Amino acid sequence: MTATLSKVDRGREQASLPRPPRRYRMSNLDAKVSPYLFVAPFFVLFIAIGLFPLLYTAYVSLFDWEIGDDDPLFIGFENYSTLFQDDQFWNALFNTFSIFLLSSAPQIVVAIVIAALLNANLRARTGWRMGVLLPYVASLVALTIIFGNLFGPQYGLVNDVLGLIGISPIDWQASTFGSHVAIASMVNWRWTGYNALIILAAMQAIPKDVYEAALVDGASALRRFFSITLPLLKPTLIFVVVTSTIGGLQIFTEPKLFEPSGGSGGGAEHQYQTVVLYLYQSAFQGFDLGYASAIAWVLFMVVIAVAGLNFFLTRRAVK
Amino acid sequence: MMKRPSFAIYGILGAFVLGSAFPFYWSFLVASRDNSVLTGDFTLIPGGNFWTNAVRVFDTVPFWKALGNSFLVSGTVTFSVVLLSTLAGFAFAKLKFRGRGVLFLFVVATLAVPTQLGIIPLYMAMAEFGWAGELEAVIVPNLVTAFGVFWMRQYLLDAIPDELVEAARMDGCSLWRAFWHVALPAARPAAAMLGVFTFMQSWNDFLWPLVVLNADNPTLQVALEKLQSGYYVDYSLVLAGTTLATVPVLIVFLVLGRQIVAGVMQGAVKG
Repeated sequence: MTATLSKVDRGREQASLPRPPRRYRMSNLDAKVSPYLFVAPFFVLFIAIGLFPLLYTAYVSLFDWEIGDDDPLFIGFENYSTLFQDDQFWNALFNTFSIFLLSSAPQIVVAIVIAALLNANLRARTGWRMGVLLPYVASLVALTIIFGNLFGPQYGLVNDVLGLIGISPIDWQASTFGSHVAIASMVNWRWTGYNALIILAAMQAIPKDVYEAALVDGASALRRFFSITLPLLKPTLIFVVVTSTIGGLQIFTEPKLFEPSGGSGGGAEHQYQTVVLYLYQSAFQGFDLGYASAIAWVLFMVVIAVAGLNFFLTRRAVK
Repeated sequence: MMKRPSFAIYGILGAFVLGSAFPFYWSFLVASRDNSVLTGDFTLIPGGNFWTNAVRVFDTVPFWKALGNSFLVSGTVTFSVVLLSTLAGFAFAKLKFRGRGVLFLFVVATLAVPTQLGIIPLYMAMAEFGWAGELEAVIVPNLVTAFGVFWMRQYLLDAIPDELVEAARMDGCSLWRAFWHVALPAARPAAAMLGVFTFMQSWNDFLWPLVVLNADNPTLQVALEKLQSGYYVDYSLVLAGTTLATVPVLIVFLVLGRQIVAGVMQGAVKG
């Protein structure tokens, strides 16, 4: 093998040269084979633990497959036709989108404002940046439990504070809209600072002379922000929106732990059950792996479609 | 010289940062009280019961074991992701080989693929291997990420001059040695950041560990869930647990916060 490889090479490039030393032939083989060996561990593992399970999910979704089932029954697309008539699924999809919209839209607006403030010539710059990033490093499980307490229906702090300004207590867990607001506020609290730093980085990459030119032309600060900063942030905003879409549609931890007794129904009326929570409940409490796989596969399609749509819309909106 | 911003800006940012820190303090506040004080008249002064509640946490869930498990899992995952990403990233950035473009396109295309949705076959596989309930089940499915390869490749593209790899090869250095002696030292800053982010992500992972681990051998997140999932939620107990679980994270943040900030901002520019 070694001989063939080096012969071909010599034939092509070094026909007139004498036979190269053995070390060189070894290194020639090294140059050909090593790159593949370097990337192979990633590809082998990624396909085995990432892609294959995802694709195999589509296969499982075609069966009536219970946990521990040795001989699952092939039923074609029956899981899908059941799913599309399943009110609980549509409800979960609605909840997921509702929570996603309540979290992503305000979050991006506030993140842009915070980024603009951080972009001022602050004292103790790094300290402020660390301050806004604090929620990002916190454990999501711990935070969700803490927020569950803050939004507690009886003695929660949020209701106490609302009481001070004369608003009667809201049962955050029981109502659809209330629970969505509470869950969205967890998402917002965690990610706004992180996104602000990403946007800040993009703001700092805008060349200074563009602003100087506008300043000479007498453009106001507000005008400079809307006519220069915002359009130049476009690629970053697309990135932020697309990543938050992919994460947001798979939201699980927050709705799972918002229900205190360890249930997976997303509340008594499933008022805050999201799609991944329904998937979890179907697979690991209902033991119906085939049906849960159909949920996973439909959600996969939704994520791809919405991320694509988002990409398209954000590109047009911020022009 | 740019002029210093007004107090209003410091005021708004200050309020934002206070709001960011408040839930942590609240967690400690509830944890430091007696369970009987659950009435509406809240105070911002901590009580003296934190250690009592912390001891109740240790009696209720295997907290120290969970902490150890979380370190073991996140440490192993981080080591593997950083090493394999640097190796593949180096090859994509600096070595020429047939199919490089297509293979890298594959990496980029899979960046956004929600592999989390593959948990059902993964669960079947773990049951088959007899790994359900074992730490292997949460380590093995996280040994590589497409993001890691992408991140290291972007960094190494500029960090190592092509001539350096060439020179190493002329000196008879094998590619493996070039990786070890040229790429790895040059990759250190980006590898450190990838390490911090991978560690945090693994530390916080919840859905999959909840599926495959049980109450006897949990990670920290799963142990917290077990604390909270009783029929009646005892908040001074549960929030003592969340406070304890937050302490290591806060220490890491105080030590590495500067690097984490830089990492987030660099990721934005490169990504």
